[in-house]
Amino acid sequence: MRNRGRVALLLLTAALGCDRTPETVLRVCADPNNLPFSDSSGAGFENRLATLVASEMHARVSYTWWAQRRGFIRNTLNANRCDVVMGVPTSFELTGVTRPYYRSSYVFVSRRDRGLGVRSFDDSALRRLTVGVQLVGDDYANAPPAHALANRGIIDNVRGYNVQADYRQPSPPARIIDAVANGDVDIAVAWGPLAGYFATREAVPLDIVPVSPQIDLPFLPFVFDISMGVRRADSTLRDTLNSILVRRRASIDSLLDAYGVPLLNAKRSGPTVAAAREPEAEAPR
Amino acid sequence: MNAATSANAAPSARNNVRRRIQPMRETLGTMRTTNARSHSDRRPIVRSLAGHLMLVVTLLACSRDDGSDAPSAAAAQRPAAQPVTTAQGGEVALPATTAGTASIVIPARDSEDGQWLMPAKDYASTRFSGLDQITAANVTSLKLAWSFSTGVLRGQEAAPLVVGSTMYVVTPYPNILYALDLTKPGAPVKWKYEPKPLAASQGVACCDVVNRGAAYADGKIFYNTLDNQTVAVDANTGKEVWRTKLGDINNGETITMAPLVVKGKVLVGNSGGEMGIRGWLTALDAGSGNVAWRAYHTGPDSLVLIGARFKPFYKSDQGKDLGVKTWPPDKWKQGGAGAWGWISYDPALDLIYYGTANPGPWNPELRPGDNKWSSTTFARDPDTGEAVWAYQVTPHDLHDYDGINESILLDLPWNGQTRRVLVRPERDGYVYVQDRATGQVLAADTFGVVNSTLGINLQTGRPIPNPAKEPKTGQVVREICPAAPGTKDWQPTAFSPRTGLIYIPHQNLCMDVESVEANYIAGTPYVGMNVKMYAGPGGHRGEFDAWDPIGRKKVWSIKENFPVWSGTVVTAGDVAFYGTMDGWFKAVDARSGKPLWQFKTGSGIIGQPITYRGPDGKQYVAILSGVGGWSGAIVAGGLDARDSSAALGFVNAMRDLPNASTKGGTLYVFALP
Repeated sequence: MRNRGRVALLLLTAALGCDRTPETVLRVCADPNNLPFSDSSGAGFENRLATLVASEMHARVSYTWWAQRRGFIRNTLNANRCDVVMGVPTSFELTGVTRPYYRSSYVFVSRRDRGLGVRSFDDSALRRLTVGVQLVGDDYANAPPAHALANRGIIDNVRGYNVQADYRQPSPPARIIDAVANGDVDIAVAWGPLAGYFATREAVPLDIVPVSPQIDLPFLPFVFDISMGVRRADSTLRDTLNSILVRRRASIDSLLDAYGVPLLNAKRSGPTVAAAREPEAEAPR
Repeated sequence: MNAATSANAAPSARNNVRRRIQPMRETLGTMRTTNARSHSDRRPIVRSLAGHLMLVVTLLACSRDDGSDAPSAAAAQRPAAQPVTTAQGGEVALPATTAGTASIVIPARDSEDGQWLMPAKDYASTRFSGLDQITAANVTSLKLAWSFSTGVLRGQEAAPLVVGSTMYVVTPYPNILYALDLTKPGAPVKWKYEPKPLAASQGVACCDVVNRGAAYADGKIFYNTLDNQTVAVDANTGKEVWRTKLGDINNGETITMAPLVVKGKVLVGNSGGEMGIRGWLTALDAGSGNVAWRAYHTGPDSLVLIGARFKPFYKSDQGKDLGVKTWPPDKWKQGGAGAWGWISYDPALDLIYYGTANPGPWNPELRPGDNKWSSTTFARDPDTGEAVWAYQVTPHDLHDYDGINESILLDLPWNGQTRRVLVRPERDGYVYVQDRATGQVLAADTFGVVNSTLGINLQTGRPIPNPAKEPKTGQVVREICPAAPGTKDWQPTAFSPRTGLIYIPHQNLCMDVESVEANYIAGTPYVGMNVKMYAGPGGHRGEFDAWDPIGRKKVWSIKENFPVWSGTVVTAGDVAFYGTMDGWFKAVDARSGKPLWQFKTGSGIIGQPITYRGPDGKQYVAILSGVGGWSGAIVAGGLDARDSSAALGFVNAMRDLPNASTKGGTLYVFALP
């Protein structure tokens, strides 16, 4: 059963031309409208990463597009529409994961011309500035900055932006970065890759500063390792991907750099950054 | 109570109601069944009964069918009802009316015409049928008459409608409307209407892609599509008369509720409190589909339609622009508080009653304040939408306790007076009895296990909080009862004027809330919260109860393994029907709760049973089978049982449902041989 599954997953015989060499396909599920991660034109860094990984596997990439909302994993990976999702938190519950390939942080985003210099949730300036945060709509849960501010009693001057936002617009989550640039908010707290990418595309220069602390007690992390997600049982593909992540680490780092992804410890660790990002040989679980 | 006090008042009140309803009767004339045996439930059945707590139950007829006041054969032959003992020990006389003693009156109630024109059966939301061919004595012979596959394998929560000799059935997404010809054997399809809602709407709905039914008026069937459209369809031809888009799935909005048609207006509310919506109730002109008014449930008074007539009973509901001031700045703009449940209407007071949903976002620490007008009961003028009173059931909701449940409108003997009340078994676990003219809470008693609050303060109207059961990020809080779906969710109750009892299908669930590992949405990682629900004390997950609203206590209770997520209907034959999530359709004795009959349908039942008189004069009972909804999403949505937090934690409580029920979508219709 499992072998048959593997064949179905990775090998597609070209339609009708049955006598041709079977073609290897890397089946990827991705959001068609979520830059800098992915979009249907292939402009996201996860698209580029998929192409890189596929080339290592001598495969071509085949996409199933699905908005990355509630039910995404259930309707994509677990519905067998694809075999890999290019980005999930390493401690994700819903999938098996590869080793992490980057670590980023939530960041403060503000206009450079404001010179705010906020680096910590404990900065008293956050009590008087208008602060934008992203809100997740359900499950009692929310983006960590919303909690960190609420825990400090910073509520009235906080403005919420829906992570899922209006899907008719390009890259819906980017509205919070637009809000900083056009002055709707003084400062925003957003996930690093989103902020890093859009900050370079706004009309005015923006500053990106990783938040402090990295973990707000008792348990509110702002730093996350990111892996690729595969079905739990799919150890073969996971192992293949893990070896590619090791082999192509330098290319992946420069890809992330090109997209402005704030990589944690990158400056301090210099060339050994990749090692610093991969504390254990095996991904958890 | 003093039997004499209301003796003089009752007839004039009735006349008043009858005058008001006069125009409506005429518009409905054309759809009357050809052989409807119009019998008036106003006729005295039981002459009189002694007892210091005499309670005479009345069906106040302001009939659409009462052109003749002569007693029909059916009414004359109806056996005299037997007195029953209430929980207070008093005797109940059933159902005499003109005696004018203190009585439970159902306002705006038609005499029984054998039809089913709206999911709640009548404006008072009783789901009581005056049909009495099927009785507690003969229901054991009930047999399947015919069945019909809707072709849609998602949760079937709708009530079928019966108008004249046609039955109308609405499916979950893609919201197909079928018209079935009851005059022909097997009730073949007359026509079907397909509104073709946007496929993407399926991904926006929080809890399966359900639809709770349609409503009939003025020769048209009105209902809502998942992608926020209200449609009017010609009841005879199946041709679309109009469609109006009321919301946008891109803002997280969907519509799952059944509309109510009042005085030429179609009343519709939105769903999606989990998705950052802003809730509203909208009235559309039934003829044109044009929006007549919209009342928002957060924001300034001008948008909530709060003006000079607004007189809330309790202090904490009084003040200007509370829909803004009880929120952190601007948070009301995404404050949730949809209206996806039920609406009732009292023609005498000319007020509609409905409740609003939970506030958004879920995390209460992000929205300090009462968060008005979430989880609130509103009384509004149906013509203008103006709020006349409001009562916030759950200020600053912590547990996802929407306030959308149905209000049953009754005129109830209460401490020696007749009080015009609404009775609402609420999600927070209390049965509220409220004066429906003022909003004053007369009683709030638990009908399940409740520890999330410590009671309702009747002086302030506010729940007494229990800080030990407040969910907080980063902390584990165990055994919060009831769980997020509450003691009772959307599944509607029924009231019988013959027994004086309310029949409540509900659940018995508690929950743990704790932080879990990272979650991910739209490329944004965050700490997820794990909500795990499980059976409450006793180990059963559902109950079907009979509740005495005057004695304020449970009279009998049937324990069910799964949550009872179906609606219920009770009849003049003193039989109550409900369904279970493992597929059993059940009939019980409305007086004793004794199980009398059951039939195993193809899938779990979460629909609303109805009963009607067919063109052949026989009484039928109909129910849609097809598991799903929030509770059944593990089957209908194919969720992974290992993902215990899926469907907001409900999956954990329903791990064994896939063993008990597969997907379905079939209408079952029963009759005596």
